[in-house]
This record gives sequence, C-alpha cells and structure tokens, in this order.
Amino acid sequence: MTGDDGLYGEYGGQYVPETLMNAVIELDEAYHRYIRDPEFLRELDDLNHRYTGRPSMLYYADRMTRDLGGAKVYLKREDLNHTGAHKINNVIGQCLLAKRMGKTRVIAETGAGQHGVATATLAAYLGLECEVFMGEHDVERQALNVYRMELLGAKVHLVSSGTGVLKDAVNETLREWTNRVSDTHYVIGTVMGPAPFPEMVCEFQSVIGREVRKQITEAEGRLPDCLVACVGGGSNAIGLFHEFVNDKDVRMVGCEAGGKGVDTDRHAATMTKGTVGIFHGMKSLFCQNEYGQIAPVYSISAGLDYPGIGPEHAYLKAMDRAEYVAVTDDQAVDAFEYLSRTEGIIPAIESAHAIAYARELAPTMSKDDIIVVNLSGRGDKDVAAIARYRGRDIHD
Amino acid sequence: MTDHSKDLERVFSRRAFIPFVTCGDPDIETTERLVRAMAGAGADLIELGIPFSDPIAEGPVIQGADVRALSSGVTTDDIFDMAERVRRDIDVPMLVMTYINPVFVYGCDRFMERCRRAGICAIIVPDMPYEEKGDLQPYCTKYGIKLISMIAPTSEDRIAMIASEAEGFVYIVSSMGVTGVRTSFSSNLEDMVAAVRRSTDIPCAIGFGISTPEQARRMTDFADGAIVGSAIVRIIAEHGRDSVPYVADYVRRMREELDRP
Repeated sequence: MTGDDGLYGEYGGQYVPETLMNAVIELDEAYHRYIRDPEFLRELDDLNHRYTGRPSMLYYADRMTRDLGGAKVYLKREDLNHTGAHKINNVIGQCLLAKRMGKTRVIAETGAGQHGVATATLAAYLGLECEVFMGEHDVERQALNVYRMELLGAKVHLVSSGTGVLKDAVNETLREWTNRVSDTHYVIGTVMGPAPFPEMVCEFQSVIGREVRKQITEAEGRLPDCLVACVGGGSNAIGLFHEFVNDKDVRMVGCEAGGKGVDTDRHAATMTKGTVGIFHGMKSLFCQNEYGQIAPVYSISAGLDYPGIGPEHAYLKAMDRAEYVAVTDDQAVDAFEYLSRTEGIIPAIESAHAIAYARELAPTMSKDDIIVVNLSGRGDKDVAAIARYRGRDIHD
Repeated sequence: MTDHSKDLERVFSRRAFIPFVTCGDPDIETTERLVRAMAGAGADLIELGIPFSDPIAEGPVIQGADVRALSSGVTTDDIFDMAERVRRDIDVPMLVMTYINPVFVYGCDRFMERCRRAGICAIIVPDMPYEEKGDLQPYCTKYGIKLISMIAPTSEDRIAMIASEAEGFVYIVSSMGVTGVRTSFSSNLEDMVAAVRRSTDIPCAIGFGISTPEQARRMTDFADGAIVGSAIVRIIAEHGRDSVPYVADYVRRMREELDRP
C-alpha cells in the first residue's frame, strides 16, 4: 500500500483531463527518479535543516499532562518550522523537484494560507515565479496571509467560483495548470490529487513521523500508544502516521472538522459522513449527494474546510488501521484557548482540532501511556478570527 | 427498443455540427425545447451536459451554466427522462458529457443502462483519461454506449495509443486550458488530426473555443465535425427561457456555412 502504483486499495488513481496526463506522467517519473537520487536527498535534508529548522522539537507537555491526569502528552512542534506550519516540508520537496524538472513557475491552491505562504516562500528562495489561488471567503478569513504571499513576491488570485473556499481554489489551480503546463508545476498542498501527488506529499511529510520515532525512542525508550493529528486533506496526519503504519500497537486517530456538528449541514466531516467518489484526480471519500454533486462544506478552520480526503487515509480507514473522529468548532476553539493558557503555545485552529481530541483521550488512558499530537501549525493567523468568534471585534 | 449504437455512423456523412447544452439551464423544460429546436435547425449530434458542482475542465461560461442548472434542482434522472421523451420523436443522435463522479456515484452500470434506455449513443468524460477508462469501458460495451476519447495539444506520444482504442469519434481538444470562446487555437491542430488518422479510421471532431460559423468551417476542412459549447451556453445565459429561437438561429447559421459548397 505504498502508493507506488498510485493505488491504495481501491482508492487513488489519476483522474485528470488528457491535457494534464503527460505532465503527471513526467512528474511521476521525475519524482521516482529523484527520490532515490542521493544528491537530491542531500539537498532536501539540507534545506529542511538550514531553512526550515528541522528537526522540529518533540515537546513534552508537562502542564497539559498533569492537568488531564492520564497519558503523557507530547506535541510535535511543526508550528516552529519556518513559515509556521508543516506545509513547508512538502513545498521544499516539490519546489526542488520542479527545479530539477526545469520548471520556472509554480502554482498552488491555499485554504488557510499556510500552504500558499510556504510555496511563495520557497519560490522566493529558489527564484521561481509563483501564483497562488485562494477562495474569496478564505481571503476574508486570512487577510494577513494574502499580504504575506504578496510580500514574498507571489501573485494571489481570488477565486469566487463555487463556494469560494479550498475546493474551489483547487478547481481553479487545476484549470490554470491545463492552461499552462509546460513551464509550470502545480504544488499540491496535501496528500490528494492524481498520482503521484498523494505518495509524493506523503513522502515529503513523513519526515515528521521519522523524527517522532527517533525522538520518542530517545525520550521514553519506546513507541507511543497513540498518534493524534487533524485531517483536512490529510497531509500532516499522514506525515505522522505513515511511518508507524506497520507498528500495529500504535493507535492512530485523525480529527476532522465537525463544524457546527456532523448532524447539521455545516461540517467538513468526510470520514464520518462521506461516500466513495472520484474527484480532484483521485478515487476517495467525499462529502456529496446521491447524484455525485460535491457538497458545500464548512469549518471554522479554512485549512480543514475540504470535502475530500487523501486516498491513503480512506484506505487506512477501510483497513481499520486508523480511526477518524469529528471535532466541532466549539471544541476546537476551546482547545485553542486551552493550549494557549496551559502551555503558552497558541496552536493553529486546524491543530486545535487534534488538541481537542487529545484532551478527551488522555484522561481515559493510564499514566504510563504516551500520546503524540501533531501540532501542525501555529495560531498567529487565527487570533483575530477566534477573538471575533468570542465576540471581540478585532481585525487583522 | 431501438438500437442507437450505430447512430454515430451517420453523423459524419457531412461536415458535422455538434452543439452542446447544459441540461437544466435555466430549467429542464427549456433544455427540452432547446434540444428539439437544435435538432430541427440542423444539428448532427447533440451533446447533453449533465451539470457537475465542480467542473474543472470548464471555463466561466459553462461553470455558470452548471451553477444555474444545479440551482434549478435538476438531477441526472430528470435529464435521462428528458432525453427519453425527446427520443420518441427526434431522430438526431444524442450523447452525454459529464464528469466521472456523477457517473460513478450514480453507478456505472445503472448510468449506462439509463443511457441506452434514453437512446443516448455515447458519453464524454473529460476527467477520465485513457489510463482510467477501465472504470467505464465494460459498462459502455455492455450497453452499446460509445466511450469517446479525447486528444489534447499536449498528448503528443500518447495519440497513437489513445486513437487506436478510440470508438465512435475522437474528440480533439483545440487548445490548452478550459472550455470557452477563443479567437486562436493550437497551431498544430492539423498535425494532431493527421496523427489520429494514422491510428484509426473513425471520425475526428474538434471542440473547445469554436464559436463562429467561419471557425467551424475551417475546422471541418481537415476534421469531420465541430463541437460548440460556450457560444451556445452564452446565448442561453443571456436569454434564459426565451433563448430557443436565438439558439435555433445560431445552429441554422452554422448549418448554412457548413453546407456551403
């Protein structure tokens, strides 16, 4: 199930217009060639270290652990990466690959803006032209990130088609790719899309899990009992989970956006409510109606506001290897405030979904048990929105 | 039940004009009148678009039509019912264009069975490339529905592989990018058609961007048919329920230009 053939059980595949087929085939060949090329890997490691600041810390959340009175809680501090989230791990890999392939321009979709900022950052560093597509609704929610991308030299396109959120940004970036493919690489921000994207993004994000294995072994002399991560498309979760798939005693829990509740029509809980479909280049699970029309989804978190999920997650769920739970807006906001007060760490509202579940889980486990939560991003970008959620009229 | 699997064979006996309409834009009753009018005005094959919430191969014009159609509440079943009604007294062949998800979720077997019952002879699925056609091909074959293959300006070394297995006709994508009216087309269109013809004897129709009778005429100097979508959808967007005579007039002008000696 490594995804080498582009398939994860029945999920995955390469469902793109003919116009893009040679581009994804070229990418597939280049990826599989360079991921075994020592010089490419050296360059990747070097940038991960020198530019991002890897390895990221595995932080023992002592106060949170004592407060919850159960399992030990460790936080994988992806929030401390350059640009403030795990997104840069994947972007470095893809932009280095784009350079090797002779591409001079990168395009990207973004939801919360973190992936767009990371792409704009690497484009600036590597001298690539960069254009980012962002739903107009997200542009409102994440105004600072728009300016940040522009500051980094990227052109930001507002996407007003559809529902004006992440899936529409993906649609528009795919359209732009069909328009200009020869000099352009589409830096997909998560483990979705046509092969080889899910496999490739997983590989570049798996640095998270590899570091956790080493760090937790050093700290505790053993593997964790449970891994917890938020899932939108699923890249930070796969980055943590993939390394441990064959360690059957390590439980894995993905936390998706329950929005106003999974029994309302205001959520993005693909795993809880979705059905099998084919969209955005892949066969996977999607929130959709009985005619295969993709449903409008909602979450307080722009980064989890996506109606699909990466094919590897759909497969892990089908195999009962990973569990997926829905966390509501209210729970996530509570967790956002909780971690800020308890540990002095302001998490991204996406990551707060994982923190929320860890708060429920830890007290049910013994003091010898270990939970690792992927703190996928920092919350600076969300502070104004959370203030507004709490009725304080603060704007970026 | 009439066998429609041979419908495509008569379409290309002259320079074929293939209009597209998004079903349910602005409502299914109007679509039915449009289909009848286009058939009467000289269309050789009518492409029925089943709207999709996220049409990634479409430009803004057809995206807008999909939004209007889905807002009207139209469903895949309504569209098959409409096609079935039209089929009773209209002889012009019809095909459906939609994305893979509406077909897959409806159920591939059930979808193709409905196509056959509605007298639809072929299907175009722009987000299902050659490599993935195994999802649909068995069901298309089972019900005698031709699965139309697309060739794009970037296909290059893939043309022979795709064309050699193509059935019905080959859909040549005129340009890079999404659907929408254009003034210029890929410069190697004639080469693409020639490359297709080296691998297959079936006809070639060109789509994406064609809007004027002159463009359609020029395309059919070397290809067998011209497909027009956005230009028609634009008329429907402008005139809504009153668009039937305008669309009929447009199709008639196309027909005249293509029939000109």
